[in-house]
Amino acid sequence: MEWEAVIGLEIHAQLATTTKIFSGASTAFGAQPNEQACAIDLALPGTLPVFNKKALEMAVMFGAAIDAEIGKVSIFDRKNYFYPDSPKGYQTSQLFYPIVGLGQLDITLSDGSNKTIGVTRAHLEEDAGKSLHEKFADMTGIDLNRAGTPLLEIVSEPDMRSAEEAVAYAKKIHSIVTSIGICDGNMAEGSFRVDCNVSVRIKGEEKLGNRTETKNINSFRFIEKAIKGEIIRQIEILEDGGRIEQETRLYDAEKDVTRTMRSKEEANDYRYFPCPDLLPIVIEDDYIEKIRQNLPELPDARKQRFIEQYQLPADDAGILSSSKAQADYFEIVSKLTDDSKLAANWLSGEFAKLLNQNDLSIDRAPVDAPALAQLLIRVKDNTLNVNGAKQVLEAMWNNEGSADSIIAAKGLKQMTDTGSIEKIVREVVANSEKQVQQYIDAEPEKRGKMMGFFMGQIMKASKGKANPGQVQALLKPILDELC
Amino acid sequence: MLSKTIAQLAKGLKQGEFSSSEITAQYLQQIAAKDSKYNSYITVTNEQAMAQAKKADELIANGKATPMTGIPIAHKDIFCTKGVRTSAGSKMLDNFISPYDATIVEKFNAAGTVSLGKANMDEFAMGSSNENSYYGAAINPWGENRVPGGSSGGSAVSVAAQLAAGATGSDTGGSIRQPCALTNLTGIKPTYGRVSRFGMIAFASSLDQAGPIAKTAEDAAMMLNVMAGFDPKDSTSAEQDVSDYTASLNKPLAGLKIGLPKEFFSSDLNPQIAEKTQAALKEYQALGAELKEISLPNTALSIPAYYIIAPAEASSNLSRFDGVKFGYRCENPTDIEDLYKRTRAEGFGREVKSRILVGTYALSEGFYDAYYKKAQQIRRLIQQDFINALKEVDVIMGPTTPQPAFEIGEKTTNPVDMYMEDIYTLSLNLAGLPGMSIPCGQVDGLPIGLQIIGNYFAEERLLNVAHMFQQATDWHKHTAPGL
Repeated sequence: MEWEAVIGLEIHAQLATTTKIFSGASTAFGAQPNEQACAIDLALPGTLPVFNKKALEMAVMFGAAIDAEIGKVSIFDRKNYFYPDSPKGYQTSQLFYPIVGLGQLDITLSDGSNKTIGVTRAHLEEDAGKSLHEKFADMTGIDLNRAGTPLLEIVSEPDMRSAEEAVAYAKKIHSIVTSIGICDGNMAEGSFRVDCNVSVRIKGEEKLGNRTETKNINSFRFIEKAIKGEIIRQIEILEDGGRIEQETRLYDAEKDVTRTMRSKEEANDYRYFPCPDLLPIVIEDDYIEKIRQNLPELPDARKQRFIEQYQLPADDAGILSSSKAQADYFEIVSKLTDDSKLAANWLSGEFAKLLNQNDLSIDRAPVDAPALAQLLIRVKDNTLNVNGAKQVLEAMWNNEGSADSIIAAKGLKQMTDTGSIEKIVREVVANSEKQVQQYIDAEPEKRGKMMGFFMGQIMKASKGKANPGQVQALLKPILDELC
Repeated sequence: MLSKTIAQLAKGLKQGEFSSSEITAQYLQQIAAKDSKYNSYITVTNEQAMAQAKKADELIANGKATPMTGIPIAHKDIFCTKGVRTSAGSKMLDNFISPYDATIVEKFNAAGTVSLGKANMDEFAMGSSNENSYYGAAINPWGENRVPGGSSGGSAVSVAAQLAAGATGSDTGGSIRQPCALTNLTGIKPTYGRVSRFGMIAFASSLDQAGPIAKTAEDAAMMLNVMAGFDPKDSTSAEQDVSDYTASLNKPLAGLKIGLPKEFFSSDLNPQIAEKTQAALKEYQALGAELKEISLPNTALSIPAYYIIAPAEASSNLSRFDGVKFGYRCENPTDIEDLYKRTRAEGFGREVKSRILVGTYALSEGFYDAYYKKAQQIRRLIQQDFINALKEVDVIMGPTTPQPAFEIGEKTTNPVDMYMEDIYTLSLNLAGLPGMSIPCGQVDGLPIGLQIIGNYFAEERLLNVAHMFQQATDWHKHTAPGL
């Protein structure tokens, strides 16, 4: 039996406003508990919300970025439930009239194919505070600093069929919200959180299976793992003749499993109704048009520009424009080195390898764009060969200093003096009688293949510092002299 | 001195006949001597009042006085007052000291007005008799065993018993007008949005409106001058200019068109009330007004619609009282569920709990369309009735209440009977229109009120219509027996 997964994502993007969605308190991360919770955030009796117009602007920017319908009238509703970190006993959200309606975007998969994913809606809402269970014996601490932080909840259509597609979609949304500057995209701090709705069905069937929702996943890797695990779990249950319970689940990253958080029966009746403290938001066409015109460059447009402006292959351009941080990084290195090809090669090669090994996103890399550019300039001006440059990068990664200071300290400056190189070449040739004889005996057209041995020996003898191009240029005539 | 109107006190203060400190001290003495009988105050702020009076005297001496400077008033205990207990008449907030001032309290403070203390009220403004107060019923000075009406019962009693020169009140379904009618006072519920709701503990957000309770229309105009105006902290407050409400008090009424809704004068109306109301209307004719019968066909639907909308909003507004952040918390909770349940079971009174239950039910999944949505549709019909009627007439008049003050305990066992108290008043809250109640006679020695309804933001006109009546009659000058 062939199974098919059906996946939809709900993404909570924290909007990068300086103050909260309904109060003037700061949204900065990392303050002492409850330092950034004002009377309104604490839901003191008599307090009232005032809508932050900056959050509106950011939501409309997102709508414009995915070419979605933007609600001319959008209304805040109250979602009623009791929880200690929800100070009013309700969350102000939007159910019936969200600010952003139907839109769509394209994702590119690893095989180079494209797929269009629908965005059902995106609505504004306030974040809750945090419950801290660890620090207090038999008690729970409540930190309301996060309460009232504006969120844009972006709901996709159930258009994805694999974990890979889901991750590509999540990355695309991440790249859009960071490119237009409405979200800092910091997943570790919870600025971008993903709920995964997953169900499976026999391929070819129309009807959707019962779905589970795995909440609050905060890394792309965990999204992939959680979805893959959930698909396998559901298929196993169904193949054993069981049924999938509609429920909310949590992903445990340490054990790499999802587990039940609450069942459908425990689900709340949220008793949504329009919030009487806030007026409907009425958006004029002019307002939307103005935002549309001033929208920063979008990831797809940037990719296209990279192809045209830097003559990059589509694949490289796609990778380099996949996040704002990545694309900004590339453009800085490109500009400082005046060599976009060199920049692209290093960013998709050696630098990407180091990021992967250390599980870092580019904005957290220990080597920033100007520092990398300085290194590549030394490659370009022949101070370093590729080998030496890799060593220098590794040292820079370990915070050993700038490219130039490491080159000096480790004596990695490339040898470019023809006389010295020729001396090493002649020594190696003199000490390799056997290989030289083989070279002489070989058919002339097969001799090229035999050069590698000599190259390796020469580079070794020069401690990797000889300029490989110069070595190659000198080596052949010297060997051919002997034939 | 204590029988003087605010206008008379203001004149005396200005002319140096007496100081605010003298008046304030006299009021405080009177409260100490008499309020055990009336129970009109929950909290008396002696020291703060004397300090404010001293400051007011300085302002007067320096020529920086406003018309309300130095006038001692009471604030309904629904308005947050910094550093002073703000209970909303509930055990739930018996220990709540507000860290901030409501906008209207701030405005009175800025005007140099003296606050004597916090007036008794039905718990969370739910009630029509002041019997639902955690602090006990307030007593109507017009009859020892009579209720003063509610929910602003304490505010009305404080003025009627000469324990304050004026008082603030709030009106969600008649809570200013009905107590004024039952205690021979003048009060106005302004247009929804005219007075800021910030810092006024919410009962039903789309209906709540603050207003003054006073001895005369002129006094009410002076108080409203301080209270009215746009507040950026309340998104539902109106960005409309405020008139000087005392400016056109004496405008002649010749040609005034008064509409008489036939639904308010049906055969069910108490004949004595009908007779007194007709006499008042004759007085208006004598002042040059014309009477015209009109119809408000959906009047009968206002009580059922109101008793869906108000409890629905209240059920959500009162969710924040959960024992977690402020206010009452039950002893030794075993877990969060127990904390919620017992805190709310023990902290709220019977009427509040029954309204929370009704409101929660009305918003529940599957019932929303049948109740809340339907009630909102009815609300629009009622509003349209008024809009249509006010195209033909300048003001609408009728009785404020179906009967004069009833006995304590008379209606506590029959909530529907109690709800009928507001039959003439609450349709205005649904429509958002301004309305007044002024004394217009007595039935069996108990005062009754004439309700005057005007168009949106027609407070200036209403006060003028009320004032001219008070220039021609002396019902408002009658004081309770023994005063």
